[in-house]
Amino acid sequence: MECAAAAALAAKLAMVDVIAAYPITPQTHIAETLSEYVANGELDAEYINAESEHSAISACIGAAATGARVFTATCGQGLALMHELLPIAAGWRLPIVMVNTNRSLSPNLNIWGDQSDSMASRDCGWIQFFAENAQELFDLVIMAFRIAEDERVQLPVMVNAKGFYCTHVIEPLTIMDQEEVEKFLPPKKIPKYALNPDNPTTWGCVAFPDVQTEIRKQWDDALRNSIKVIREVFKEYGSLFGRNYDIIETYRMEDAEVGLLLMGYACGTCRVAVDALREKGEKVGMIKLRVFRPFPFDDLAAASKNLKAIGVFDEAISVGGVGGPLFGEVRSALYSLERRPKILGFIQGIGGRDIKVDDFIRAYYEIKSVLSGEKRIENDFMFLQVRE
Amino acid sequence: MAAYFKNLKEIPEEEYFIHGHRACAGCTEPIAVKLVLKAIGKDCIVVSPTGCLEVFSTPYPYTSWAVPWCHVAFENAGAVASGIEAALKVYKRKGKLPDKKVHVVVFAGDGGTIDIGLQSLSGALERGHDMLYVCLDNEAYMNTGIQRSGSTPYGAWTTTSAVGKVIPGKIQWKKDGAKIAAAHDIPYVATASVAYPLDLMNKARKGAEIDGPAYIQVLCPCVPGWRIRPEHSIKVARLAVQTGIYPLYEIENGSLTVTVKVPQRKNVEEYLRLQGRFGHLTEDMIKKIQSRVDMEAEKLGLGPRK
Amino acid sequence: MNEFKRTPKPRVSELPIAAIIPEPGNSKYYSTGDWRSVRPVINKDKCTGCSLCWVYCPDTAVIKVEGGKYDVDLNYCKGCGICAEECPVKAITMVEEGED
Repeated sequence: MECAAAAALAAKLAMVDVIAAYPITPQTHIAETLSEYVANGELDAEYINAESEHSAISACIGAAATGARVFTATCGQGLALMHELLPIAAGWRLPIVMVNTNRSLSPNLNIWGDQSDSMASRDCGWIQFFAENAQELFDLVIMAFRIAEDERVQLPVMVNAKGFYCTHVIEPLTIMDQEEVEKFLPPKKIPKYALNPDNPTTWGCVAFPDVQTEIRKQWDDALRNSIKVIREVFKEYGSLFGRNYDIIETYRMEDAEVGLLLMGYACGTCRVAVDALREKGEKVGMIKLRVFRPFPFDDLAAASKNLKAIGVFDEAISVGGVGGPLFGEVRSALYSLERRPKILGFIQGIGGRDIKVDDFIRAYYEIKSVLSGEKRIENDFMFLQVRE
Repeated sequence: MAAYFKNLKEIPEEEYFIHGHRACAGCTEPIAVKLVLKAIGKDCIVVSPTGCLEVFSTPYPYTSWAVPWCHVAFENAGAVASGIEAALKVYKRKGKLPDKKVHVVVFAGDGGTIDIGLQSLSGALERGHDMLYVCLDNEAYMNTGIQRSGSTPYGAWTTTSAVGKVIPGKIQWKKDGAKIAAAHDIPYVATASVAYPLDLMNKARKGAEIDGPAYIQVLCPCVPGWRIRPEHSIKVARLAVQTGIYPLYEIENGSLTVTVKVPQRKNVEEYLRLQGRFGHLTEDMIKKIQSRVDMEAEKLGLGPRK
Repeated sequence: MNEFKRTPKPRVSELPIAAIIPEPGNSKYYSTGDWRSVRPVINKDKCTGCSLCWVYCPDTAVIKVEGGKYDVDLNYCKGCGICAEECPVKAITMVEEGED
């Protein structure tokens, strides 16, 4: 099944109540598949053809505040257009689930997959997952509803999947039937405080300086504490359906000295590179982050123990900043380790440029030459694929 | 014109917009809101975009709303209301909510309706969501300190259509929100004024009862923004109608009826001279305004001038 | 008689989820009566009980009293003067605060 269709199927099995979306390549197949489901009566939901992404997420907020289970999808410029409302959706503690088919932000117009869109919104307060393939995308979407709606969480979830690579590609997929999904994810309960004339509440009032800090802290606490629930739900899903997900997944890291850290689709290629390097006797492994928000401090610290170096691979750059966004965050998170590994950042895959096995291998040897003192990389990060 | 409320004594006593709000003394927005809510009753969910109403009615931790209410952002009231309407629809269909009518109502300013909010309004109207959209037209971005909007009338002073030696205030004519809404072919469009409370309430009730989108634009004079005396705000709202500047009509399924007849129109000067924002108008500008009003009034069949 | 509470400064743990205000219409606890510098005085003999003042008051500060007449709730009246201006029988006069 096409990855995008898998995402749509997951939303259908989750029996969403309201869908509000605006088409944008490469998310379009998700919006289209859902439209077919609703038109055929296979999914009993209200489908709002929003006239822009800004209105799409606004409609999602309205519907979710009324208590409905809501789903949307977007990417790139569309996610950027939603940016104003993403913090509101999260600050309002609305369990909206969105699939973001990672697409490069303009300029220039580029429809292909990189992580610049979700990185530009990384502080919006949503839970953020990165899916590697169709199966993960399908599973994470279903789990996203369960996590989002947990009373201890009540936060929206963004499931990221690399545009085209993880939308238009057809992959084998193991699915469940409606009954099985319903046992894991029962129909949504309407919260007591939802918009309802029988219990009038006021949402979105004016907050003065003397209360905004407390509002922010409450929200930050909720996002941080959600990691417990994420772990629980991953575990339950594994025991019910046999697919075990972890917040951080490691590959051949048991005796590794260097770790290659990244998120999403490119992990598949990275494993091949790790195998090739291992053949040559290099002590290297892969650290895959599945959960980006809330930032998995403890899991990352555990995975980084005893490493000499970590290479962090970003598919985006914080322009004029500390390098790739993930690189900056990993470095900051590991700063307080007693024995800090050398952390280097590599930028690749911008605008959907093909990430090859060779790229990871090249990066590994860059790390090695920095470790041996042969080379210095300015600011500790570099563009891996640029022609200068 | 259906008369749910035929005289003032028939106005329900129950209040859904509670005092203690921070509106200016003499502000007409609370008047419009309280009357519309009395016309509709408690079974509604209200959306307001950013603006005077939203700010003065909900300073944390106080709220003046005795009905469910939300404020999301400035330009998306139409979209938020669409989402609420969709959720109510699907939940009633799935049996998760009782089958009683819950009106989705928007109270939005002119800025949040026909400038920054126009796209979102247009989408909501085109999709045909069952909602009542009430535009509280005070003819400028009042909450941020009286800046001009598309709805500001010709010649008006605002802080961003300043009056100086070279430019005499706003040089563009008013953007017609009601006609824009009517162009979407929705079942009900109306204009109203706080000075005609029964007309307003009947229109609000009608718009809410109709299946599909309804748009009502209510003229709400603003004390600091129009530079009027607080006690004159209703008087000015009345003169707007009696001069033909703000004709009150309804458009039902494409056919327009004037609901407040004006058998003999007053001169626009009577309306303009009460307002400081028009204090700088030259004879020429007043003539321009008068002839434009004369032209529009004739089209609508309003009476001749005294 | 409503209690007038000062704006509380909540702790994080006391905030409702998403900073929702759960109590409808609690603005009644905030008195706006101290805004005004003039207040309306209704002459009950002239008052015909037409209710226009009640209809137009932006602050719901006009209340029905016995005999079908109307009077002013001074806890909320901001002294705008709309009631005095619109009264068809001129039963309302605006009086300076501090005068009697």
